[in-house]
Amino acid sequence: MTTLDPRDVFLAEASELLERLETTLLDLGDRPDDTALIDTAFRALHTIKGSGAMFGFDRVAAFTHDFETAFDRVRRGQIAPSVDLINVALSAKDYIRTLIEEPDPDTAVIGEAILAELDRLVGGAPAQPAAAGPMPPAPAPTPNGWRIGLTFAPDILRNGSNPLALLDELAELGACTIVPRLGDLPDLEDLDPESLAIGWDVTLVGPVGREAIEDVFLFVRDAMTLTLEPLVLEPVAQAMVAQAAATQAPAAASKPAQAAVAVPVAPVSEATALTAAASTALVAPAPPDRNTPDRSLSERRPPPRAASTMRVEAERLDELMDRVGELVIAQARLSQLAGLQADAGIKTIAEEIERLSAQLRDTTMGIRMVPIGTLFSRFRRLVHDLSRDLGKPVTFVTDGEETELDKTVIERLADPLVHLIRNAIDHGVEAPECRVAAGKAETGRIALTAQHAGAQVLVSVRDDGAGLDVARIRAKAEERGLVQPGTPLTDQQVYQFLFAPGFSTAHEISALSGRGVGMDVVKKTIEALRGSIDITTEPGAGTAIVLRLPLTLAIIDGLLIRVGEARYVLPLAAVEECIELPGDRHIGHGRDFLSIRGDLVPFLRLRTLFEATGEPDPHQKVIVVSVGETRIGLVADQILGNHQTVIKSLSKLHADVATFSGATILGDGTAALIIDPAQVAAAGQPDGLRAYQEVA
Amino acid sequence: MTDLVEAGGAAGSLQVVMLGIGSETFALDAGMVREIIDPIPTTRVAGAQPHLAHIVNVRGNVVPLADIRARFGMPVTAATPDTRFVVIELDLDGDAALVALVADRVFEVTAVALETRQQVPTIGTSWRPEYIRSIVKSGDDFVIIPDMQQILN
Repeated sequence: MTTLDPRDVFLAEASELLERLETTLLDLGDRPDDTALIDTAFRALHTIKGSGAMFGFDRVAAFTHDFETAFDRVRRGQIAPSVDLINVALSAKDYIRTLIEEPDPDTAVIGEAILAELDRLVGGAPAQPAAAGPMPPAPAPTPNGWRIGLTFAPDILRNGSNPLALLDELAELGACTIVPRLGDLPDLEDLDPESLAIGWDVTLVGPVGREAIEDVFLFVRDAMTLTLEPLVLEPVAQAMVAQAAATQAPAAASKPAQAAVAVPVAPVSEATALTAAASTALVAPAPPDRNTPDRSLSERRPPPRAASTMRVEAERLDELMDRVGELVIAQARLSQLAGLQADAGIKTIAEEIERLSAQLRDTTMGIRMVPIGTLFSRFRRLVHDLSRDLGKPVTFVTDGEETELDKTVIERLADPLVHLIRNAIDHGVEAPECRVAAGKAETGRIALTAQHAGAQVLVSVRDDGAGLDVARIRAKAEERGLVQPGTPLTDQQVYQFLFAPGFSTAHEISALSGRGVGMDVVKKTIEALRGSIDITTEPGAGTAIVLRLPLTLAIIDGLLIRVGEARYVLPLAAVEECIELPGDRHIGHGRDFLSIRGDLVPFLRLRTLFEATGEPDPHQKVIVVSVGETRIGLVADQILGNHQTVIKSLSKLHADVATFSGATILGDGTAALIIDPAQVAAAGQPDGLRAYQEVA
Repeated sequence: MTDLVEAGGAAGSLQVVMLGIGSETFALDAGMVREIIDPIPTTRVAGAQPHLAHIVNVRGNVVPLADIRARFGMPVTAATPDTRFVVIELDLDGDAALVALVADRVFEVTAVALETRQQVPTIGTSWRPEYIRSIVKSGDDFVIIPDMQQILN
């Protein structure tokens, strides 16, 4: 077992927190009134600060502290989270990431600039404490003291926490009277010095916010019970609650309500009043002194976890997958041997092992499946930034985040999607004035969706822009000498030029795209993942780029077939049915299609395609596979049965062999090729066949 | 060529595996040879280039079986009791890849002196010069150090 470097744990945790912070900030841009979002952002910041300091990332802690201080005014509702503020907060978040990843002291000036900007945005706000009477009217009323009950889990000392230090920290907030609860203390002989049996009751006097107290216990909240009771309520806070109650009346808008209350709260922002109203609306009005604090407590507590999770290094998962792959191959050999034995006992065990290894395979693959939403959330920031930089307002819509894909596929999908989304905004969506002139909404729309389709996952990037200009792409392709002028080409064939290296139709090269680098990379990456790319476009209505990806790269269910003397595997997910080839179709050309329940299904003779040796079987079988929208039949000599197929990719030296998507190892130790139905269909498609298909 | 010198070290000699393929003797840098195995069942890859027409399972890895006789225009004869598969590791576009090589005979591992390295003569060989890394002297004979990357790609 390896021991984890606590710094690595911090890095992983911080990276997750920063991602959450980014999502939250972006959400906040959409819904500035959502105080829960502000709280989430604040919590993320606070944790980064705390654990950063703990693991020696002092500059991270210091910067985050300043960021937090500025952002605190937003949380108190003194400042509404404006678009500018969100943008600065996002760059602050980026800066924290830089500080964590490359702690270079030279970048300090950037941090200062961000903080200055942040201060400018929040500092010039009206709600200075001096301006608004004795206390700024904040949504959470601040009582002048708290009665705090602390009960820790007995094992808290073993986890390295020191309750006494926490008590000291509490005492720094204000004058404390600390009374230990010794009722549970065992007799001396039973006393376990590493187990905590003492609780404390603390009376804290002073204008301390609930959050400040909760922050003290931020890192031990899971292992303790914290009860907080305000001592007395200040008059301002009471007025505040009254104001909120008035706002609650359905007909009353926030502004009249504000006017109706004679409290010196003139500079209070509308957002504050709304926040207060929202919080009171959640709970019954009485008792008024408990309302707001209770709500904030429930908000701040992390939601109960439905299932506990653990963090595992990706390499270990890969190793596990490799082992399972080997197990599956060994199992196939066992099954084959057992099949030759008469011993029923051996056969039973072999079947048992087969079932177990199939389950183990599914479970292991399930572990590797990750919802694609983790990837999608990254692009919100990209769209946000691009939309700002290019001056094109864009709504970003995602759908199908729950669609699961192998983690390797997801990782490798990130770069292609960045390119596609950039292109969609830069080239796809028109400038606002053009859109208005074309009678479209000023705001463009980019949709990123994922969905399952058989053994494939379709990931699509759709824009509602001008669509692809076939003529222009063609002209450019002719200019670049990619095609002879006058060659008849379908639109789809023309779109393929977009994937040629260095191809760009952009008149001007922008900072983002137009250099023609990218689409070829997209194509290469997707093909390396054994996927394909479809382009559909409609002039004036937009372009959709659909990536078709296999569910997994590791193990599939396959159908083992024999063609001549060789055995091949077909992905079972593509197989629709198996039928016997009618006798009259065994020989002859020109009638290579079947009528299956009234549908015309063309078929390909794999014997011919693979130049098979050996005598053809008298009863040829047709395996009907679906390729995209169409169905084709593949004629084989024999269907051998189901085969758990551990996919081994073919060597780069076989990159020119398109008909096979990989190879696998059979029970007898020989290698068998995995047929790629789509490629076989494309390769084996003479013109005549295509004509039949079009007829069909 | 520099990697040859480096592999040979300061002594200026190179450890090589001597193989007989067809009528020729080749010397393969021993550093690239992973293992030498007896022939195992092969699987034909339809549509592949003639010198890479098969794949084999080498310890759970699916590895292309390269027959450089096909590349050099030598007759491809059936396996004999002397036939071996030599598994070598190659660098293909920056990635290490395993390739099994059909050898009619494997002779020995020996050291060749790099200073005996000769320029590839433009006449007197039937092969394309880019397939040959260099020709060195082993004993009284000249042996060819083939450039496997070039031959296979």
